[in-house]
Amino acid sequence: MQTVKIVVTGPFNAGKTEFIRSVSEIDVVSTERKISSEVEKIKETTTVAMDFGRITVDNDLVLYLFGTPGQKRFDFMWEILSEGMLGFIVIVDSTRPETFREARSILETFRAYAPTPYVVAANKQDARDAWDIDDMRLALRLGPKMKLLSCVATNKEKVKSVLLELLYGILAEMEESRS
Amino acid sequence: MALKGNLRDFTITQLLNLINLAKKTGTLVVEGPGEIAKVMFRDGKLAFAIIEQEDNSLAAILQRNKKITASQCRLIKEKAGQMSDKELGLVLINAGYVSQNDILASLQQYFKNIVRRLFSWMDGFFRFDATEVAPSGKITVRLDLENLIIEGSRQLQEWEKLQEEIPSLEMALKFTERPGTNLRNINLSVEEWRVVSYVNPKNSMRQIARAAKLNDMEVRRVVYSLLQAGLVEIVRPSGAQYPTPIRMFPTNDKAEQKSLVNRLIDRIRSL
Repeated sequence: MQTVKIVVTGPFNAGKTEFIRSVSEIDVVSTERKISSEVEKIKETTTVAMDFGRITVDNDLVLYLFGTPGQKRFDFMWEILSEGMLGFIVIVDSTRPETFREARSILETFRAYAPTPYVVAANKQDARDAWDIDDMRLALRLGPKMKLLSCVATNKEKVKSVLLELLYGILAEMEESRS
Repeated sequence: MALKGNLRDFTITQLLNLINLAKKTGTLVVEGPGEIAKVMFRDGKLAFAIIEQEDNSLAAILQRNKKITASQCRLIKEKAGQMSDKELGLVLINAGYVSQNDILASLQQYFKNIVRRLFSWMDGFFRFDATEVAPSGKITVRLDLENLIIEGSRQLQEWEKLQEEIPSLEMALKFTERPGTNLRNINLSVEEWRVVSYVNPKNSMRQIARAAKLNDMEVRRVVYSLLQAGLVEIVRPSGAQYPTPIRMFPTNDKAEQKSLVNRLIDRIRSL
């Protein structure tokens, strides 16, 4: 049985867990802890280490989705993630511009660690106060060739689109390296 | 217990604070990137400082502060090379080249600049030697540390912010494609021009820093301002070595890899 991974990362409460939950065939195994700090009380729990989801492709192939917070203190996970990682997705909460700087930092950290393809997903695009995608591209300092995709992590079709764009990107890089 | 450790765990600002509050007397020795600094304190005040690899003579310090010319400095070293700084100071004052204030102001500036340089040292061993004092013949001062500590704290905050914005210096830079932007019309500092001259996807920021003789903080500061102005973007360097080898696919066969991705695409579409 072959296994491959896609890593889903991003700032606190960006929607990583929901993203994986939308497409995983298993209940998302989440290592969560109750929030003790008043400052972070946007939600009741937060992912401390990793979310874990699965999509069985066929008898010989399984795709695992790993959700990780992306902060520097989780560097130790790289050895686990580096084997069979096809690419990564950075989820950014479109309604919270105060998290854009952290999202940029996470993106740069992952880009420095891994030469694998990636996409950035602007989550919560259905929210009234979501930033426009073009404005987010500028705020996140994403070059014109970097994929920034509209996403609603609770919407399966939107999540599928993001995963497919990452896979198309992987195919495109394979074609490029061949030519 | 000996006051010693690594700057990774205890910053210069914290050390100065400790020395200030405890009113310590002695010498803080710090081993930085290719340099050793010695900063002497008396009763918690800054008294003297040197970087061992530099010319710390009074003549050199006065010349750097433009109180004497380069040729005067050379002459002093030839004729009065054996004199101590105290003796030389008296001679220069009596001869009317400099005043006492000139000497004290130059020394204070030099010592403060050494401490400011230490703020950008994020890694290196330090130890505090209560028995080591300023060499005899050297002129000492008496400077309060509070302002330097405040400066150091600001610089630390700036460092943390810069690290967040630019976490890795192993990445490279390239010019952004913005039609109508002409670099010649933009006012850049000397440091910024130096960095700009090395911008190339083949050069990592660390390589640029080395070539431009900038430390980690300085190159991050320059790159950050160029990023903010939209002049450059961070890219993966061509031919880079990554810290952890990534093996994307469970097979090395290219055809199998392509088939694997197509199977994934089909499966995701069918969800």
